[in-house]
Amino acid sequence: MKLKGLIKRKYAVTTKGNKKREVPEGIYVQCPKCKKSIYRPELKKTLGICPHCQYYYPLSARGRLGMIVDKNSFEEMDSDLKSSNPLEFEGYEEKLEKYKEKTKQNEAVLTGKATIEGQEVIIAIMDSGFMMGSMGQVVGEKIARAIERATLDKIPLIIFTASGGARMQEGIFSLMQMAKTSAALAKHDANGLLYISVLTDPTTGGVTASFATLGDIILAEPGALVGFAGPRVIEQTIKQKLPEGFQRAEFLMEKGQIDAIVKREEMRQTLAAILRLHQKKEVR
Amino acid sequence: MEEMKVRLEAVYKAINRLKKLDQTSEIKEEISRFQDVAEKLEIQISSQLEAWDKVQLARMIERPRARFYIDKICDEFIELHGDRFYADDQAIIGGVGSIEGKVVTIIAQSRGMTAKENMQMNFGMPHPEGYHKALRLMKQAEKFQRPVICLIDTPGAYCGIGAEERGQGAAIARNLFEMSTIKVPIISGVIGEGGSGGALALSIADKIFMQENAVYSILSPEGFASILWKDSGRAKEAANKMKLTAQDLLKYGIIDDVLLEPLGGAQKSPDATADSVKQYLIAQLDTLATINIEKLVQMRYERFRKIGMCL
Ligand SMILES: [Zn+2]
Repeated sequence: MKLKGLIKRKYAVTTKGNKKREVPEGIYVQCPKCKKSIYRPELKKTLGICPHCQYYYPLSARGRLGMIVDKNSFEEMDSDLKSSNPLEFEGYEEKLEKYKEKTKQNEAVLTGKATIEGQEVIIAIMDSGFMMGSMGQVVGEKIARAIERATLDKIPLIIFTASGGARMQEGIFSLMQMAKTSAALAKHDANGLLYISVLTDPTTGGVTASFATLGDIILAEPGALVGFAGPRVIEQTIKQKLPEGFQRAEFLMEKGQIDAIVKREEMRQTLAAILRLHQKKEVR
Repeated sequence: MEEMKVRLEAVYKAINRLKKLDQTSEIKEEISRFQDVAEKLEIQISSQLEAWDKVQLARMIERPRARFYIDKICDEFIELHGDRFYADDQAIIGGVGSIEGKVVTIIAQSRGMTAKENMQMNFGMPHPEGYHKALRLMKQAEKFQRPVICLIDTPGAYCGIGAEERGQGAAIARNLFEMSTIKVPIISGVIGEGGSGGALALSIADKIFMQENAVYSILSPEGFASILWKDSGRAKEAANKMKLTAQDLLKYGIIDDVLLEPLGGAQKSPDATADSVKQYLIAQLDTLATINIEKLVQMRYERFRKIGMCL
């Protein structure tokens, strides 16, 4: 009984006022899906997957990076870009500071060059823990620079998406990042280079309507919610309940929107295999 | 503001009363005096319009819409339907036409001027097949080397089950991607509401204009207020913060030109408004035709690349 109380307390503390369900602090955590308790060190071993129901906890960008790239191969890009407040939106700067503090990242995406089983790539990983992974000017700029670097270096590009969409506080400037990143991808594409996009939970709005869905190959994590409009907005628009599983990765697969669903523990080797199969033939 | 509107109404009433009288030279003089007063008031009112007033003007049912402009602007227009995969989306009109002999492809988001038309056109909210149709016609324009003109007028891309099943996000993304390299000049203009990704999907252009009372934004003011303040009732406050007017966006360099409307809005004199759009398009088509296409496409890339280029 004592232990149960402890679990409860930890759960209450770690999730209070925080709907983002990142792996919380504490010895035991409660799975938000099946409500069973999980021993925290175990969650690390399972790569943030609930051992009871296979629920996927969102990962921080750094946490995911460690699961994908070769050890010590990552060279970060543009970690110093700073967001501005173009609409002079009240409280926005403070909010940014809070998230910088919380995530130890400058923005909602981490970008850089790395190797995966020895193969060079440019990789960008979005972090839903930073203002719901929303895309403002810095996110758009970091992604555009990453794409351009991949084009320049003539190497493949991998983007892990996790985003609530365009960032409202930067208004029209956020919207334009969709155009900017998509145009940069068109140049990468015109050079015959490979782009793999990996959709993780959740990917919606302006990110879905730009780089997330432009991959030569589009992968998704099991259960990831991916859509243009969020479920709540759709329900309000059509005034009916959405069917179970709507907009989940399995649904997208059935509707022909993605290439494959890849489990977290198989992601690294799957990406490595795709990269191998796209290696440029030696020009003689 | 409200006070001026009341005065303006009184002046118009007086003019109408005078018009019913015997038109002696004194009466005529009196009418013309009142008309001067009315014009001054109209100018004052229009110079003091808030962003939210413009949102109302942009949404006004009487406002001229794409179909009207196409009819007025083109010497000839042949509508082309369908995306060749699924359906013909009535929220987007596409086709080939000529403007003073210049052959162009026109793609326009279409809203109705009656409730019935609006139902049929889904209030100008396209489904993925609308964007697929638009892209098909742009590729066709590229093949036949004719410029593309896009008229933007949508609250946003439609949010619904079918739209999601058929890849609304992917359809918009593909347009952004493809339009950035299409090798013909593209002119896009917002003639009413330019709402979110659904508007952007036809706005990757070499010249972007807005009509004086059009608005262009990341989301509708209602949606913006709902996301940030959990209260869509604060839409007016949102509109006034969002910098969504033509004048704001011109200042930021997001658009190139603002086309003036008649006092009180385009609906006051639709023919004159259509003529101003026509003259603008002719002039821009002439200018764009002089620029080497490779250079034009590179300039198009840079125009978007530089937005939010952080230091
Ligand atoms: Zn579970």
